[in-house]
Amino acid sequence: MGVNRRKFLKIAGISTLGVAAKPAADALAIEWLDKKLGGFTVSETLLHMFHKPTGFKPGEALTAERWAMVVNVKNCPEGCNACREACHRVHNVPDIENPKHEIKWIWHEEYEHTFPGQQHEHIEEHLKETPFVVLCNHCFNPPCVRVCPTKATFKRKTDGIVMMDMHRCIGCRFCMAACPYGSRSFNWKDPRPFIKEQNPEFPTRTKGVVEKCNFCAERLAKGQIPACVEACQEATKKKGREPALVFGDLEDPDSEVRQLLRSHYTVRRKPELGTNPNVYYIV
Amino acid sequence: MYDGGKIITGIIIGLVFLTFPIWYTHGTVPPRPEVKLPVKEKECVEPRPYMKTKHMQLLDLWRDSAVRVGKRSYIAFNGKKYNMSLQNTCMSKDCHAKKTEFCDECHNYTGVVPYCWDCHIEPKKEPKEKPEEKH
Repeated sequence: MGVNRRKFLKIAGISTLGVAAKPAADALAIEWLDKKLGGFTVSETLLHMFHKPTGFKPGEALTAERWAMVVNVKNCPEGCNACREACHRVHNVPDIENPKHEIKWIWHEEYEHTFPGQQHEHIEEHLKETPFVVLCNHCFNPPCVRVCPTKATFKRKTDGIVMMDMHRCIGCRFCMAACPYGSRSFNWKDPRPFIKEQNPEFPTRTKGVVEKCNFCAERLAKGQIPACVEACQEATKKKGREPALVFGDLEDPDSEVRQLLRSHYTVRRKPELGTNPNVYYIV
Repeated sequence: MYDGGKIITGIIIGLVFLTFPIWYTHGTVPPRPEVKLPVKEKECVEPRPYMKTKHMQLLDLWRDSAVRVGKRSYIAFNGKKYNMSLQNTCMSKDCHAKKTEFCDECHNYTGVVPYCWDCHIEPKKEPKEKPEEKH
């Protein structure tokens, strides 16, 4: 007899303990590890341990707990396209006319496409003509992050920006199906020939990856506000208006964004889907 | 063995052809890659031996740190602070401003094809060299 009753029970007991211990340890360890690793994964930390210390946040960087934007549609000057031009110039977004191939980070949309289900035939006159600035909503609960199989799209723990790591994107386009706002574009062809003037400080994309607005994470790191907001401030100032785009920390009760939200009635796009968008509209 | 002579001759000729590259280049050394080091900057972010063997791991680390964690400053071995950026730091004007004279030299020699420049923009080519004078 190889295994007697006594020995069998011993083995069974130990295996059960082993199987049960792993999830328990994982649950306990995850929270501790998260704090310990400061946003890096275990493998990244191991890599760094054997190579060199990791970097740190630049001192001049703008930080927030949760970045958000308020779009005051009434302040948009007629025919103004400053935000889009600035954004697309800074981020090397190609200008492709074919709507099937076009790439957009920020653009104008009609009322009925911005807030579908809200429109009716006797709607306020100005809403019919006003172009609504739309962009990635940097949702608090982003469906694109949930579906990404490679974690190329992720939500930054530090400030809630939904970012893309182009190095990891495999172009499966699950995120495009998941995003209810159409904020994502796929590079069907090499975008480089369609970029009029390359900004040498920012990379382009390559054929076969998805891209979208990154709330100017690279500019925030240098202490600058997003390019669209900056351009909007200049463009509206010329017309003697308050800026249409306002950017700030949603968790800071004194921020400009919070002040606007307190004093105005605001709506968000498709809130019923539970994505909890961070772009608010004053209609 | 039927037609043994023909078969053996065939095998010998075949072997000669197959091993041609080995014995033909035997004893000669292909020209070693010569990288042009920056004139102004004397030190990289890490000592030269480390950069020679581990620059890929370093760049990997930089991209994870900058993109995924948002920590974009790097303290070099000499205590200097650098922005973790391939385009804006490594390939800046005073450093490895010409991809063809630095990166490509070794990568071509070793047959490595990194896909960095599918997206990252290599520095603009400098104004054309002085046209050759006609004699």
